[in-house]
Amino acid sequence: MLITELKAKETIASQLGSKVFVIFCHGCKEIRFPEKEADDLLEELTAAGKVTGSITTDYICDPDQLKLRLEKFAAAIEGADTILVASCGVGVQTVASMFESKKVVAACDTYALPGFQGVTPLEHDCKQCGECYLNLTGGICPLTACSKSLVNGQCGGCKDGKCEVDPGMECGWERIQKRLAQIGRLDALKAPIQIRNYATDVNI
Amino acid sequence: MRITELFDNGQFVVTAEVGPPKGIDASHVVEEAKEYLSGITAVNVTDNQSSVMRMGSLPACVMLKNAGLTPILQLTCRDRNRIALQSELLGAAALGIDNILCLTGDHTKMGDHPGAKPVFDLDSVSLLHTVCQLEKGVDLGGNELVGEAPKFAKGAVVSPCSDSVDAQLAKMERKVMAGAEYFQTQAVFDSEKFIQFMEKAKQFGKPVQLGVIIPKSAGMAKFMNKNVAGVHVPQEMIDALAADKERAKAGITGVEIAAKIIKECRPYCQGVHIMALGWEAKVPQLLELAGI
Repeated sequence: MLITELKAKETIASQLGSKVFVIFCHGCKEIRFPEKEADDLLEELTAAGKVTGSITTDYICDPDQLKLRLEKFAAAIEGADTILVASCGVGVQTVASMFESKKVVAACDTYALPGFQGVTPLEHDCKQCGECYLNLTGGICPLTACSKSLVNGQCGGCKDGKCEVDPGMECGWERIQKRLAQIGRLDALKAPIQIRNYATDVNI
Repeated sequence: MRITELFDNGQFVVTAEVGPPKGIDASHVVEEAKEYLSGITAVNVTDNQSSVMRMGSLPACVMLKNAGLTPILQLTCRDRNRIALQSELLGAAALGIDNILCLTGDHTKMGDHPGAKPVFDLDSVSLLHTVCQLEKGVDLGGNELVGEAPKFAKGAVVSPCSDSVDAQLAKMERKVMAGAEYFQTQAVFDSEKFIQFMEKAKQFGKPVQLGVIIPKSAGMAKFMNKNVAGVHVPQEMIDALAADKERAKAGITGVEIAAKIIKECRPYCQGVHIMALGWEAKVPQLLELAGI
């Protein structure tokens, strides 16, 4: 099971552009989603005239299903510069890989609880670390995409774009570098130095 | 002596590296360093290099220091969490080791204990930041140190010939942000690529030592091309190593190749770092041939 909690309002606000499409995932039955807080946030953003559209759905970790559900919102998504996703880390990564040229913002931190993960992670994984990094990395999780789970950039072990530890795996930080360049967010690489807080990680 | 003082004086800084033994007798490492490396500025001591378990870097550093050399303590984040790393740094400072090189470290799967738990609690960037905190008299938990704070020359690494050079430059910038004062590079065999890299890296304003490996044979060069990230030996060098097996075996061809790279890159960097990989005896000849 897992719990998602909204990040601080200021943290979310600092990530948003002027036009936002909002996706809420009420998830799977194994998840606790901060419904009230998220609804309040949507209300505020709507009042500020920022929202081009929104959808509340479930299982956004399933890309095929999500694509179908978003079809009717094509214009609203097109008109947004940012997609705000309130879900677990798998959901955010799924949306980020679907809209490679948009800025996709994680609204939540994901914490683990014992029991089923309760998601359908096909190609993405969320460590439920409790301090989501996806806003610093263009929606690619450095904990699961990097063999060493590095949070401050690439090590020296990238060869031909692959990880020297597992040549079947692309270097996560090479992917992050390319994604940030693609969405014009290379400034994210100048974020303050990151030190993980294992106290938020109930898996440790 | 902190080697940053030498960079500040405009000196071209030459370092080499040695690896502690897999055992308790380090006398041959110390003897070789005394014989072949006493003419250079400082000697890096690796920290369980390539994730292969050996004697620790710190005791070997102390042995070299007692023998009159200036050691550089390499410190990786693979085997120790933030508590152990800070503890090691305090111990190093107490023992008079004031030059360090901060690395993330190879993954445990690359070494001789592939089942070991990889730690990576910190990484090279957050380790550099941690060192700066200790220098201010505060640990990473925000607690004050008792008495005098340590002071180190803080080094880091970068891979200029990586096929992912933009990501390397981004990481280099974060290391500078975190407090890196000098850089040593992964081995360079393509001077042109290094010079292009330095064009971009000079904006950070930190001294960079060119990384050099003396290629021992065509086989070694091919092995590195296949297996070592960030290292690429051009075909013409492999051909030169293969052409005259006698000269290659004696090390002459490899030393000539390394000397040529140093000469070509010298105007663009502030020092050279030699990874002799067991060929420490060739270092004096290499430096002579390179005109250093």
